[in-house]
Amino acid sequence: MNFRTPTATQIAAIKALLFALCLMPLAVYIQRGLDDALGANPIETITRASGEWTLRFLLITLAVTPLRRFCGLPWLLRLRRMLGLFTFFYACLHATTYFWLDQFFDLHGIAKDILKRPFITVGFSAFVLLVPLALTSSNYMIRRLGGRRWQSLHRSVYAIGILAVIHYWWLVKADILKPAIYAILLAALLGMRGWWRELERRRQLAAAVPPPPLRGKVIPLAVRAPRQT
Amino acid sequence: MLILLPNDIAPSEITSRDLFDNRRRFLQAAGLTLAAGTATWMGVVPSARAATKLGPLGRSPLSTDEAQTPYKSVTTYNNYYEFGTEKEDPAENAGKLQVRPWTVRVEGLVGKPRTFDIDDLLKLAPLEERIYRLRCVEAWSMVIPWLGFSLSALLKQVEPQGSAKYVQFVSHYDPKIMLRRPVLDWPYTEGLRLDEAMHPLTLLTLGLYGEVLPNQNGAPVRVVIPWKYGFKSAKSIVAIRLVEKEPPTAWNKAAPSEYGFYSNVNPQVDHPRWSQASERRIGEFRKRPTLTFNGYADQVASLYQGMDLRRNF
Repeated sequence: MNFRTPTATQIAAIKALLFALCLMPLAVYIQRGLDDALGANPIETITRASGEWTLRFLLITLAVTPLRRFCGLPWLLRLRRMLGLFTFFYACLHATTYFWLDQFFDLHGIAKDILKRPFITVGFSAFVLLVPLALTSSNYMIRRLGGRRWQSLHRSVYAIGILAVIHYWWLVKADILKPAIYAILLAALLGMRGWWRELERRRQLAAAVPPPPLRGKVIPLAVRAPRQT
Repeated sequence: MLILLPNDIAPSEITSRDLFDNRRRFLQAAGLTLAAGTATWMGVVPSARAATKLGPLGRSPLSTDEAQTPYKSVTTYNNYYEFGTEKEDPAENAGKLQVRPWTVRVEGLVGKPRTFDIDDLLKLAPLEERIYRLRCVEAWSMVIPWLGFSLSALLKQVEPQGSAKYVQFVSHYDPKIMLRRPVLDWPYTEGLRLDEAMHPLTLLTLGLYGEVLPNQNGAPVRVVIPWKYGFKSAKSIVAIRLVEKEPPTAWNKAAPSEYGFYSNVNPQVDHPRWSQASERRIGEFRKRPTLTFNGYADQVASLYQGMDLRRNF
């Protein structure tokens, strides 16, 4: 197989494989559920696992663009939508676990939680912001919105990533090791984009604006070297 | 959900430890290292099993008759941050803790300071089985048959001076076998007001489910204060100090706005991350309402008369 330019059939096969792979975390937890191996507090186990997998898929989705650039594999972009939708899928599982298993659809309790507990406020916001992204993931919606508008809408995923990490950070009692790792990964992924944007800005600036004519006194940029004697 | 009444069933039946031990022996004998590793990873086989039966036991009138949390849950779902901050970490890592020899210094403002050997402690007063509700600040709870005697029996031995107002507990800390990251300010410290420490419900705890304490539950000696959140119950105690001023405590130092010195179970006072109005009893599906002082209000509410428990949380 030519890794640079796989054929349409090969892409389809890769997608099928990736789809199965993305379902593995769910499969593992279903199996553990059937084996009664979810620990003493299964609802907590499921809540934490679904939350953590949401965050992992979010970071994997955000890693597609850098990976594509560094490896020079443009076709990787064609996997991104699936990864994004799996992020949403695990986020739905996470939210459902909270609404159903944790709160039993106690709307009053849920509303109080969302308003009162900052980590839930932030997590819930991240979930709500994911919904429009999932709804506009089809080709039809991309066409309808137009590429530019679609793209600016989907840039909200950066904010969602930040909210998700804060949600995790504020949840832990004292040991911030794991949220800190996710924060560093997210910072790296967002930082790269910021850096590229800066490079692009400089490049455009250099290309578009002709160097200003020198007028009047020239200010020396460096101290002149002492005269040779 | 199978709810068992406590008097229907002996501790040995609930724990079904023979089954676990047999399985463990089988796995080891068969040399199925991988299988054993996987099973431990999945939390199936609690490691570091306690072996010694304790007794004879008197049953305490202070016990609840609520359904007891299974032995497996009590010993595999633990907050013992020195051995890791995930619930299953202590069961996996606490096996390294050497619980013998072990001594507890009782010192400070006392007439007769003394270092107790763990064997002295086991004989100091008749052991009782106390079935207590345990409520964690994370809004889950258990019902655990502890073994021990009132802490007051120990404190009376050292003759607290009139100036002693508080009791500080210091837990064992060994960076060679315990977590080195400064998640909390090690060694773990906790504290009680002297009258709280002398209250008959405050249990110097040496075992659970008829056996010596498993390491992950705070072996060889801990305190249990059933009307307070679980973290007040210091584990693996090496020193008990009687002091004049309110002693610093590990969780209060880590986040004073979240963990007060008193930390009485109070459904009215929420934690920033958990509503304390309800709790999930481990093994149950639905949450249940939390009781003031974890259901021990009749016995302990008088200790806090005139205090604003929203401020002194």
